[in-house]
This record gives sequence, structure tokens and C-alpha cells, in this order.
Amino acid sequence: MQELASESVVTQPIEERLELVRFKVDKRPHIRVHTEACRGCDLTPCVYVCPAGLFEILGGEMHFSYEHCLECGTCYVACERKAIEWEYPRGGWGVSFRAS
Amino acid sequence: MHAQQQFDVIVVGAGPAGSSAALVLARAGLRVALIERGEYPGAKNVSGAVFYAPGLLAELLPTFWDEAPFERYITRRVLTFLGRESAFSLDFHTRHFALPPYNGVTVLRPKFDRWLAGKAVEAGALLITSTVVDDLLYEGERVIGVQCRRDDGALYAPVVIAADGANSFLAKKAGLQREFSAEEMSLGVKEVLRLGVRTIEERFHLTGDEGMASEYVGEATGPIKGGAFLYTNRETLSLGIIVQIASLAQQRIRPYELLDRFKQHPAVAPLVRDGVTLEYSAHMIPEGGWQLVPRLARAGLLVAGDAAALVFAAGIFLEGMNFAVASGLAAAETALEAHRNSDFSAATLSGYRKRLEQSFVLQDLRRFRLTPAFVNNERLQNLYPELLCQAAEQVFRSEGRPRKKLGSTILTTLRSKVSLWTLLRDGWQAGRALFF
Ligand SMILES: Cc1cc2nc3c(=O)[nH]c(=O)nc-3n(C[C@H](O)[C@H](O)[C@H](O)COP(=O)(O)OP(=O)(O)OC[C@H]3O[C@@H](n4cnc5c(N)ncnc54)[C@H](O)[C@@H]3O)c2cc1C
Ligand code: SF4
Ligand code: SF4
Repeated sequence: MQELASESVVTQPIEERLELVRFKVDKRPHIRVHTEACRGCDLTPCVYVCPAGLFEILGGEMHFSYEHCLECGTCYVACERKAIEWEYPRGGWGVSFRAS
Repeated sequence: MHAQQQFDVIVVGAGPAGSSAALVLARAGLRVALIERGEYPGAKNVSGAVFYAPGLLAELLPTFWDEAPFERYITRRVLTFLGRESAFSLDFHTRHFALPPYNGVTVLRPKFDRWLAGKAVEAGALLITSTVVDDLLYEGERVIGVQCRRDDGALYAPVVIAADGANSFLAKKAGLQREFSAEEMSLGVKEVLRLGVRTIEERFHLTGDEGMASEYVGEATGPIKGGAFLYTNRETLSLGIIVQIASLAQQRIRPYELLDRFKQHPAVAPLVRDGVTLEYSAHMIPEGGWQLVPRLARAGLLVAGDAAALVFAAGIFLEGMNFAVASGLAAAETALEAHRNSDFSAATLSGYRKRLEQSFVLQDLRRFRLTPAFVNNERLQNLYPELLCQAAEQVFRSEGRPRKKLGSTILTTLRSKVSLWTLLRDGWQAGRALFF
């Protein structure tokens, strides 16, 4: 969609939005990506569906972080190669919504 | 087995489904554990959020409207077809929705869920927060408890109610629910913006505690299948988009960019102007409808709410919380009956499905089972809203030239992009999906 890039649309960087959200980050990741499977994945749905923008292909390699995960489960449903191992964070850890 | 690890019923998930089930069961004098993975009920939960048919709660809490943390009651409903630069709205006001128990009220889930779970606790349920249930415990084919992720985490009860939401791992582990496809699930992305009471009243033509629920289709989500919403809270707005996951992936647009686009639409921007974003959130919604509803019970286990895909998403409707509450109540009644007869077999627990079939829960889902496919129709999503706006523009345009009659103006606009045959077929499908 061309007009997304146009100047009339002011987009707020996702990082700024995530700063408004409370995360209690566990050292143990609750999501693992088997990145071998990502090589050759053309559509890379995870990159486009994650509402926190946590998946990025850089230089042909999958880069992923779990710290600001909103725990929606969308990436896991979208990845057809089943490369994403997903579980809930430990009880009490992860995201806590306050104003929604 | 420690005495305190044995309960009469274990409810997993303190959303609307789980908390209302726990409330009924505790009221009846059963020992109930209500287990929630969040730090508090609602910490992980997101809705638009209009809670429709709140009167469902009146049975349990006769004057709940005096104390429940509601934001506003809905007296204005708006449906808007967005074109690129235009908008065509159906705008409905009624004072008839202004009396308790109200027809719909806006809520903020961290507050509302905490309140409802609190009611279950007052009735005697044991709320265990910050605790993830990882698995079910079995004796042969029968579910006899849950395994929590902590030392000594086994808890036992002859009935478990899985009310663990859209991502229900428990329903899947129990073999009741299958894996979802990206066509069946939607992603909801939301922001809460602070505007202040005065601005909200003025901008949305509301007085006192009246509120508005407004839905958008068409250009609201660009080429992606889905829609958008804007609801008034007391001093904030909840606005967001709800999009089919498969469509999002195919079109390669990120959800937050789409949300920004919606906010920037000329018909939306003036409504959200000067709003300060307080929070950004996201959650999955099982919008597949009837075909996604799994087997609802097996020996020792009942599945309620989103965990059983009991969400009514039919174009102009998005109702999940009331379906969650109603199914939670039905699950609780079934568990009570099982306790009275000391029989927790699959046969007894199948009474749960019968209860749901007698209520609006399964009747609405069945009656509108054609709607998800219809709503996902490409033309309905992208073409018709734009054409509708174009036709309206023709109708309202004054150029100092002779006008055509309205019917011919509208038909010419529609037929510029779709054949008469397609129009008729879509009209027929619309009828089947929504009207008759
Ligand atoms: C953006 C958006 C807008 C929506 N708008 C509306 C609307 O306007 N009106 C409406 O009626 N519905 C709306 N819905 C749908 C509604 O949110 C859901 O249908 C409703 O929340 C379902 O309630 P529930 O109790 O079944 O599940 P949930 O509310 O999801 O509760 C499940 C609970 O279980 C907990 N849990 C999950 N797994 C575990 C585990 N393993 N161990 C312990 N705890 C666990 C979770 O933390 C959560 O508290 C919307 C949804 C979204 C995402
Ligand atoms: S969709 Fe799955 S396989 Fe493809 S890049 Fe993402 S995680 Fe890897
Ligand atoms: S669960 Fe949701 S927020 Fe978390 S990584 Fe997956 S898509 Fe992103």
C-alpha cells in the first residue's frame, strides 16, 4: 500500500507504544523460534502479524525478541512451518494491561 | 494428597467466563479454586469493550449496576462504511437503552475482570493469581485435576472448567479443540486514548453516563479483511481494529500501521484529535463461528467462553463477554448437577451442551453460521463500502445540471464495478447470512 509511506500519515513507532505497556520480563523466554525453518520462508507472516513488531528478518536471518510480547498468540497461529514454540510466561510475569 | 489441594471444582482463567462460573459454584457452597495466570484478573485480557446484555449478571448480583465498574451505558450505535475519503454512517440513538440493567455498557477489562473475580471471592471462591495451569491430570479417561507450573502444583477436583480464553491450551491438550488456522482467527489491536469527560460528551453528543458504540467497515482496515471500532469510556476512548490473521499476513501490512491509518482517516481523525494514548494492547479472537465450536465436554472437563470459541462475530455484532458469562453460568450449573448426582461422566457433563443449545449462545452461533464466510467476502470488505460512498456522493452532489433519479444513480455506480449477477448473488448471500 503506497500511501502508508506518504507523509500525510503520521505513524507512531511501535517502540513508543510499547513503552506505555507494563512488562515484567522473565529471564526465561516463553517463545522460541527455530530459525533454521525461517530460511526460505517467503511470506514471513510473523513479521507482518505481530502487533508488537518483535520479528524482523535482517540480512536473511530471523531476529526475534520476546520481552515486549503482548501474549496474543498470533505469531504461533500464523507460522505455517510451525517454527514457533510458544507457551505462556510463568505466572505473574509478562504483560499486565492496566488501562484497556 | 493434602486436604487443601482437593477442591470440588477447579476453574482455570479469571475472565468473564471463569469468574461467573466460580461465583455460581461458590454461592452454592462448593469449594472452588479459580486459577489465573495474570498478576490480577484482567491483566492479560483485552476487549473493545462493550459488554452486551449485562442483565445476565442480574440473576447473580441483583443491583450490579450500582457497583460494577462500568464506564458508560450505550444509547448510541453507529455503523460506518468508510471509503477512501468519505464515510457513510447509520446512526442510531435510543433512550430505551438507558435504563438498568442496560442493553450494553463499556468496560475496561483490568477493572471489570478484577471486580467480577472479587465477587466470586466474596462468595467463597479461592482465587489463585500469578499461576499458570500447564496441563490436566487424568485418571484413565477422566480429568481429575490440573497441573500448575509451580512446585507441588497438582490440584485435584472431580470437575475442571477450562475458561482459559482464545489461546486455550487446555482444550487442545484434552483433545477437544484442534489447532487453529489463520483464516479462523482474528487479531484485535487496541489503544485507549484519554480525552476527558467534557470533550467526550461534546464530541459524541452524549449526556451524563450515556455512551456510544461505533463500528467501521471498508477502508477502516484497507485491503485487509476486518473492521474497526471506537467506543466511549468515561474519560477515554477505546479504539482499535480487528483483522483476519491470514489476510494480514497476505497483504503484508503491520497491525499498528493499520491502526494508525484508521486513526488518520478524515472521518476518524477529528474524533480522536488530542487524545493521549494511555495503553496499547492486543489479543486474539476466535471469529470462525459455528465451525470452530469444539466438543464442549469430556469426563471431568467442561470448556467455556473463548476457549470454546463461543464468540458471536457476525459483521455488525462482536459479542464475546456476554457469551462467556452465559457459558460460564451453564458450565457451573452442569458442574452443580454432577455434584448432586456424584456423577462426573461424559454423559452427565454433556448436559452442558444442551443448556447452551437452549440459550442464545449456541442458537445465535448456529443461526448465523453462514455469516463469517459472508463477512469475509472480498467485495463486502473492500468494494461495497467504497461504492456506497461514491453513490452517496453522486446523490448529494449539486452541480447545476439535471439530476438522475436516485435508483439509477446508485445502480450505475454499483454496476461500474460489479456485474448485475454478482450483485444479486451477494445480495442473496447477505440475506442468508443476516436477514432470513
Ligand atoms: C480487540 C477486541 C475487542 C473485543 N470487543 C468485544 C466487545 O466489544 N464486546 C464483547 O462482548 N467482546 C469483545 N471481544 C471478545 C471478548 O474479549 C472475549 O470474547 C471475552 O474476553 C472472552 O472471555 P473469556 O472469559 O472466555 O476469556 P478471557 O477473557 O480471555 O479470559 C481467559 C482468562 O484465562 C487466563 N488464562 C489463560 N490460560 C491460562 C492458564 N493456562 N492458566 C491460568 N490462567 C489462564 C487468562 O489470563 C485470562 O484471564 C473483543 C476482543 C478483542 C480482542
Ligand atoms: S513465519 Fe515461521 S518460518 Fe516463517 S519466518 Fe516466521 S517464524 Fe520463521
Ligand atoms: S504472541 Fe503476539 S505479541 Fe507475542 S510475539 Fe507472538 S504475535 Fe507478537
